[in-house]
Amino acid sequence: MDTIFAQATAHGRAGVSIVRLSGPQAFDISSQFCDRPAVGKTGLRAIRASDGSLVDRAVVLCFEAGASFTGERVVEFHVHGGLATVARLLSELSKCDKCRLAEPGEFTRRALENGQLDLNQVEALADLIDAETESQRQQAIRVLDGSFGDVGAVWRANLLRAAALLEASIDFSDEEIPSDLYLEVADLVGQTQISISTILERSVIASKIRSGFVVAIVGLPNVGKSTLLNAIAGRQAAITSDVAGTTRDVIEVRVDLMGLAVTFLDTAGLRKSEDDIENLGISMAYSRANEADIRLFLVDSIDETLPLIARPDDFVVLSKADERLSCELSVSGKTGLGVSNLLQLISDKLMQKTPTDVVAIRERQVVGLRAASVVLTRTLELIDQKPLPFELACQELYFALSELDFVFGKIDIESVLDEIFSSFCLGK
Amino acid sequence: MKHFDVVVVGGGHAGCEALHAACRYGLKAALVTLDKTTVGVMSCNPAIGGLGKGHLVREIDALDGIMGTAADMSGIQFRLLNRSKGPAVQGPRTQSDRKLYLEAIQLLFEKQDFITIVGEASALLSSKGVVTGVQLSDGSEVLASAVILTAGTFMRGTIHIGDKRVSAGRMGEGAADKLSVQMESLGATFGRLKTGTPPRLNGDTIDWQQLEIQPADECPVMLSFLSSTPTVRQVGCGITHTNAATHDIIRENIGRSAMYGGHIEGIGPRYCPSIEDKIIRFSDKTSHQIFLEPEGLSTNCVYPNGISTSLPEDVQYKYVRSIVGLEGVEVLQPGYAIEYDFLNPQGLSSDLESSLLGGLFLAGQINGTTGYEEAAAQGLVAAIGVAKKLKAVEPIRFDRSTSYIGVMIDDLTTRGATEPYRMFTSRAEFRLKLRADNADQRLTEQGYRSGCVSSGRYNSFLKKVDQLNICRGALSKMAVSPNQARVAGIELGLDGRRRNGHELLAIPGVSTKHLLALEPALRDCEPSSLTQAAREALYVTYIERQGRDIEALARDLNIDIPVEFEYRGVSGLSSEMISKLSLARPRSLGAAKNIEGITPAALTAVLLRLKSHKLKKAI
Repeated sequence: MDTIFAQATAHGRAGVSIVRLSGPQAFDISSQFCDRPAVGKTGLRAIRASDGSLVDRAVVLCFEAGASFTGERVVEFHVHGGLATVARLLSELSKCDKCRLAEPGEFTRRALENGQLDLNQVEALADLIDAETESQRQQAIRVLDGSFGDVGAVWRANLLRAAALLEASIDFSDEEIPSDLYLEVADLVGQTQISISTILERSVIASKIRSGFVVAIVGLPNVGKSTLLNAIAGRQAAITSDVAGTTRDVIEVRVDLMGLAVTFLDTAGLRKSEDDIENLGISMAYSRANEADIRLFLVDSIDETLPLIARPDDFVVLSKADERLSCELSVSGKTGLGVSNLLQLISDKLMQKTPTDVVAIRERQVVGLRAASVVLTRTLELIDQKPLPFELACQELYFALSELDFVFGKIDIESVLDEIFSSFCLGK
Repeated sequence: MKHFDVVVVGGGHAGCEALHAACRYGLKAALVTLDKTTVGVMSCNPAIGGLGKGHLVREIDALDGIMGTAADMSGIQFRLLNRSKGPAVQGPRTQSDRKLYLEAIQLLFEKQDFITIVGEASALLSSKGVVTGVQLSDGSEVLASAVILTAGTFMRGTIHIGDKRVSAGRMGEGAADKLSVQMESLGATFGRLKTGTPPRLNGDTIDWQQLEIQPADECPVMLSFLSSTPTVRQVGCGITHTNAATHDIIRENIGRSAMYGGHIEGIGPRYCPSIEDKIIRFSDKTSHQIFLEPEGLSTNCVYPNGISTSLPEDVQYKYVRSIVGLEGVEVLQPGYAIEYDFLNPQGLSSDLESSLLGGLFLAGQINGTTGYEEAAAQGLVAAIGVAKKLKAVEPIRFDRSTSYIGVMIDDLTTRGATEPYRMFTSRAEFRLKLRADNADQRLTEQGYRSGCVSSGRYNSFLKKVDQLNICRGALSKMAVSPNQARVAGIELGLDGRRRNGHELLAIPGVSTKHLLALEPALRDCEPSSLTQAAREALYVTYIERQGRDIEALARDLNIDIPVEFEYRGVSGLSSEMISKLSLARPRSLGAAKNIEGITPAALTAVLLRLKSHKLKKAI
């Protein structure tokens, strides 16, 4: 296996840049450049090129195989962050035998292959690196930390035990197997089914946290929607004018709203128009407003008929707060009056929906869990039947386990037998 | 000197089945045995079949093997295990009269042409890495192109009773130590396994009046497809239990047990623990069940199933007599534990040919298995392997998805054995398809083409299939409306859909009786065919779903595997699979699937890894 290296920090000028070296030759190679510190010790070392010239003075760290990110021997060079310094070190490393520049993601792939991370954690790591907001970070770190895997382990243990109890009733029916085992089976399967369903429900919101919530500003033409959007964005994102129908396209502004990623949409004013292009914009406004998580109805008067039926999460807001005195929720995009109050209300509403517990984030996970949940519902129906069709209920459990395998990894019959043998005294 | 095609070493269940199959293939065969009179003897419990095991016997029978027939000829208590559960998990079993079983086996060999040589095989003869025969301890040689070694517990067999230890292959029979030593010089590395047997009791001294009696089934289900009814008298078994006093005696003397006294290093089976094990490992259980199984119609010997032991004789007498019904019992022979040599079966070919020498086949306990049925099935597989090798006969495919034999061979050769390996229905992931009732449908045709199934059996099989097809046709033609079904007593939603007979039989609670009321043409079908069709219908949706899993996998089979793909470190792959895959370097998942011993689970593991490779671009 090759030893690989790459710059682990971002490219560009910086105080410090880290170059990571991973693989079986990592220790030997680093010894060619400096007096390598012992594992677990940091050392400030002179890094010398093959011709003996000084490249830089750097802090060097060594990690033993099994105790590093990749699971292999790893050496880190913390060099001064000049472009040329990093380039020179990389070029020196590339001259070494069986040593090459890492492909994108190769460090992580090695971590996966060496069992340092499972597939869910690898995905979570990608999410963590991409995280822009606090809630995205929290969600990713929970999975990376292994808590999703922990929940999966509990499900698998439950279903494994349920399968073992059914198998014991089948394969050792001639022995003293209690006849009421199905009660425990029903309990185990039921609990697991509920737990999976709960996580599935949360996963809808979880995917919002990854991709961002959508808030659509809707209302009649010229009510001040674009002005409000600009106030939220803090810049001139949409063109504003006194002419009704100025906004035709849907304009999106993505903001970090107290840790949540939220996309605000400015839409065409909803009215009947003679202009074909404006009409296109209006129908797009309707459809995007329908898909949005929250709609902000910006109105001139609180008695106005809303263009869409309001949902519980929606807000009705009076426009042009600077021109009136009102105790209703009102806002002025022009002066900024009421904007921060409105944003606080929106963020509070979204926060209520945000799970603080483990969730399935990825489509792959959601698909697997949904399939498992369907199979478990069917299993519960079979366990209810009299006489209990043991072999069918068992088969359903294996179907469910294989769906979970898709999400978490594998299982086999030896584990079922181990469970049987540790639970019962068998053998005539 | 005469040269044989194959010499079978050992005349236990593996040896008998191997020898008989070799004869059916027309191979020139010799049997080397220590004692001609014990060929086919049941050395432990007097029963054949059971869950998983009954499936194996049916598969052996489907290939014209002898175990099922011999069991039927000697069966004194036929019971279909799991009768109240679905057909896929029902296992035919019988207690056999030990003497009648032995006689049946010897009778079944009368028409076969082979030579029996009495002696101890002490060395394997070989030339250039290929076996050329065996040498006996008197120095004589038996030359053959292939050797099937079925040594049972005889290789360095050691019997333990308390702190007494005797070198023996079975009680009263000498061990075969020389062969172990010679095979080690060829490079074999033996492990040690342990098994045990209970004390034998004098049935005349048991107080049967006090005991619950388990009778034979009223409608006996036979082991062989060709048998119809038992030929000898049926008897019941007694059931009794250990009690607090029994447990106290055993606990007080536990240090004197060979097992707990540290005399035994071999690993015993978890599912057949000694009574010492049961009491120590499951200390909260206050009582254990014991079946008192008569060993035959003409003997008073009784086998107390459930109390195998390696305690000293005096302790055995004491604890046995503490049990209800056995207060005045006479012990005819003490129980004992036996340790013996085995070779890790990982690395055997799927024909059970050893990598030690070309032409050397291993079957039975030497491969780490336990049980008559497991041994017999391996003997058969080895003989088929020899016929393939020497006569290029058509092979018989034993896959996990088509036979229990395939499951066992795959388990042994890819996972190896860490404790004595026994078959269970739960080992077969395609259990719903691999039923005892359809073993002939799965194997007999192949066996006939290969040459190990007689035309007599094949013709009777064809008749069964004809009848079954007539019945399936009649069921397919049915078109029953929900209203009609309701009249016949089948609860159905009024969805307006007409259903055929197969679909109706798949509904829980629908039996062939309901269908006979709906379709008069079915009365012309043989009842057994109709029952068989009903069993098929019961599982058809599940088998299709399992098939879809395989298909879903098949869609992925076109996925390319990069040449540099690293199998090492793929979680879920055994080291055996890693070396197989690394060696073969398949170019696609489909090609990987065709490599011997690669399981669906292994393919899934590789697939997951391949998909994770794509992730690298996302990170």
